[in-house]
Amino acid sequence: MASSFSRILSSKRHIGFLSLVGGSVTAGFLLHREHVSAGTPVRRSYPASAEYPDLRKHNNCMASNLTPAIYAKLCDKATPNGYTLDQAIQTGVDNPGHPFIKTVGMVAGDEESYEVFADLLDPIIKERHNGYDPHTMRHPTDLDASKIHSGQFDERYVLSSRVRTGRSIRGLSLPPACTRAERREVERVVVDALAGLKDDLTGKYYSLTQLTEKEQQQLIDDHFLFDKPVSPLLTCAGMARDWPDARGIWHNNEKTFLIWINEEDHTRVISMEKGGNMKRVFDRFCRGLKEVERLIQERGWEFMWNERLGYVLTCPSNLGTGLRAGVHVKLPLLSKDPRFSKILDHLRLQKRGTGGVDTAAVGGVFDISNLDRLGHSEVQLVQTVIDGVNYLIECEKRLERGQDFKERFRYLKRLCCLPVVFLFLFPDESAFCSSLGLK
Amino acid sequence: MPFGNTHNQLKLKFSSADEYPDLSKHNNHMAKVLTPDMYERLRSKQTPSGFTLDDVIQTGVDNPGHPFIMTVGCVAGDEETYDVFSELLDPIIEDRHGGYKPTDKHKTDIEASNLKGGDDLDSNYVLSSRVRTGRSIRGFCLPPHCSRGERRAVETLSIEALASLSGDLNGKYYALKNMTDAEQQQLIDDHFLFDKPVSPLLLASGMARDWPDARGIWHNDNKTFLVWVNEEDHLRVISMQKGGNMKEVFNRFCTGLTKIESLFKERGHAFMWNEHLGYVLTCPSNLGTGLRAGVHVKLPNMSKHAKFEEVLKRLRLQKRGTGGVDTAAVGGVFDISNADRLGFSEVELVQMVVDGIKLLVEMEKRLEKGESVEDLIPAQK
Repeated sequence: MASSFSRILSSKRHIGFLSLVGGSVTAGFLLHREHVSAGTPVRRSYPASAEYPDLRKHNNCMASNLTPAIYAKLCDKATPNGYTLDQAIQTGVDNPGHPFIKTVGMVAGDEESYEVFADLLDPIIKERHNGYDPHTMRHPTDLDASKIHSGQFDERYVLSSRVRTGRSIRGLSLPPACTRAERREVERVVVDALAGLKDDLTGKYYSLTQLTEKEQQQLIDDHFLFDKPVSPLLTCAGMARDWPDARGIWHNNEKTFLIWINEEDHTRVISMEKGGNMKRVFDRFCRGLKEVERLIQERGWEFMWNERLGYVLTCPSNLGTGLRAGVHVKLPLLSKDPRFSKILDHLRLQKRGTGGVDTAAVGGVFDISNLDRLGHSEVQLVQTVIDGVNYLIECEKRLERGQDFKERFRYLKRLCCLPVVFLFLFPDESAFCSSLGLK
Repeated sequence: MPFGNTHNQLKLKFSSADEYPDLSKHNNHMAKVLTPDMYERLRSKQTPSGFTLDDVIQTGVDNPGHPFIMTVGCVAGDEETYDVFSELLDPIIEDRHGGYKPTDKHKTDIEASNLKGGDDLDSNYVLSSRVRTGRSIRGFCLPPHCSRGERRAVETLSIEALASLSGDLNGKYYALKNMTDAEQQQLIDDHFLFDKPVSPLLLASGMARDWPDARGIWHNDNKTFLVWVNEEDHLRVISMQKGGNMKEVFNRFCTGLTKIESLFKERGHAFMWNEHLGYVLTCPSNLGTGLRAGVHVKLPNMSKHAKFEEVLKRLRLQKRGTGGVDTAAVGGVFDISNADRLGFSEVELVQMVVDGIKLLVEMEKRLEKGESVEDLIPAQK
């Protein structure tokens, strides 16, 4: 049955075919800056200076980078879908700052936002992603889980392991801007593809609009159910419109592979399990992702990806890999050490409470995950987490025995000044030390 | 936002059935009226400033229902919304405003001397009296749709006009974003300060964007006349005082409003008004007079009477808690006000409140003495 959708998107299918033949690099090339033209210019009653937001009390990446000059240049532009600068920055205008983290303050309404509003997004990306310059740099994608080593943690400390990312369906607007029909199409495309998963990935879809009480309770007990966003960072960006229409959760029967549909991104893909087998978690993650990609490509769709920005997602903070690999780990002693934050920093890790991004830690159990998203591949980031967490556990053990870890920290400090790739070459700290002839 | 609406053009590429919202669990006026066929007819339209059908209904789609009241589920983004989307809004207006037809004419009367009595409500029972309404400035988009530049222009105009008030209306403007801690605390203590909306009904319509930019409060030195700028409407005008002298409250209300209107006119700006809908405001529930005249009144006995709700209904009054529309009553003290907005003039509505409260207080006194109130039960107004 040819829906109106398949007619509009025949050009996208063309790109889809190209990507099957020539890899997604081809498709990414077609969306290179010069080839994207903005939509119809917008009509405005007031000059840019009268419209420029008051950002004097603001502390987010958008406010740090949106000068009046950039605003004047971009305020009358729109993407081909009609998404405007004011819409993109609304969340940052409405939310001056966050107590724990410097927020981005801007979202993309579609893939083209990153091109049309590049004058603002490029400096934001640079600031947020540690100097990554989309003009000159290329992002490496690597989902070969076999490259991971030492991925089994000490389960006296690591309670659970999890890897998540997001994927967007090329040709459909992102959650801040999508129409109801587009959102429903995302749901149809993804659910259709997921039905093709087999073996340990066989699973079932639960639409939020049709959940029975029993299903809802089960999903809550499994810690799978996501609620309508309450964070003003998300609601001000328009992502919660029409809730719960076209939102849902898919998970495999084993409850180790989970996909959220139409929450903050088109899809969020999560691999998780109790215990410390991060290698297995990442292996399932990569297998599942590749299989889903194959299944949507069979139907003429593909993920938003290009070699400058990697995987394209709603929030600029999730560009590149969109990957957060983390563990819930018991570090009651180390977490009270004054050097804790600095150590995490050097390891390129961040801590959160076990409730997620806006929570505090409970009982000395922390959520520790990678800080970076863009400029490093998936394999590199997961290995960083593995090496880092192993080191943290070593520190914790030393403190338990009444010993200090000062010595090791000094070596590690030197280690971490080197590019991340070093961690890949020297799988663990003792290998590194022995290579330098150190004990 | 007042731009060309390419985004609406994008939606038209998809079938109407694919875009039609799921209203199966909804209970608001919009959901009752918006059929798939109506959606199909209206979705390609937009007002001159670019406000579309989906903009109108978004709050109703996002908020299926409210525990205490049947919500409207729609907002206007500009004056023309009521015209361009009349096919949707006329039946909603009819349902919400007691059968008001598209051909009906609304009577405006803010001549305070036409009010009979109202200066002698018993202060042992009536703790405070208040009259509020809203006004929109013609030529500017309304809060769900206005840009920052427009909102600031509304504020600038309002500050200028209000600065010209004198006598017992002499007052001062407090911009929300420039308030000192001391000023803020004083405004809270006076019960004047309005906060960023938290109700999802308002947030979902986009009224809280860019908060607190261009929002503020003006009040006179006597603290009896108050104007909110750029909250749910361009202007909300409030006259209030302790005790039961509703006549004085209404006098000040009419004088102040008339003065403000002429000050805006001097500067080349009229209020949004037409002879069918009266004063045009953001929410269709506030059309006509936009007027809510009410008192905080002690009715501990009457409120427990089996016929309390029925009496209120017949008097064309509604009750709320003393915290406002989303609250419950505390200690037998109720906020009682007119239920109607459109189809009756300002004087008529305040008269209903004055007469109705007089009767309710009389009934309360009877019940205190253990006497019956059966002979006092009114007929339907």
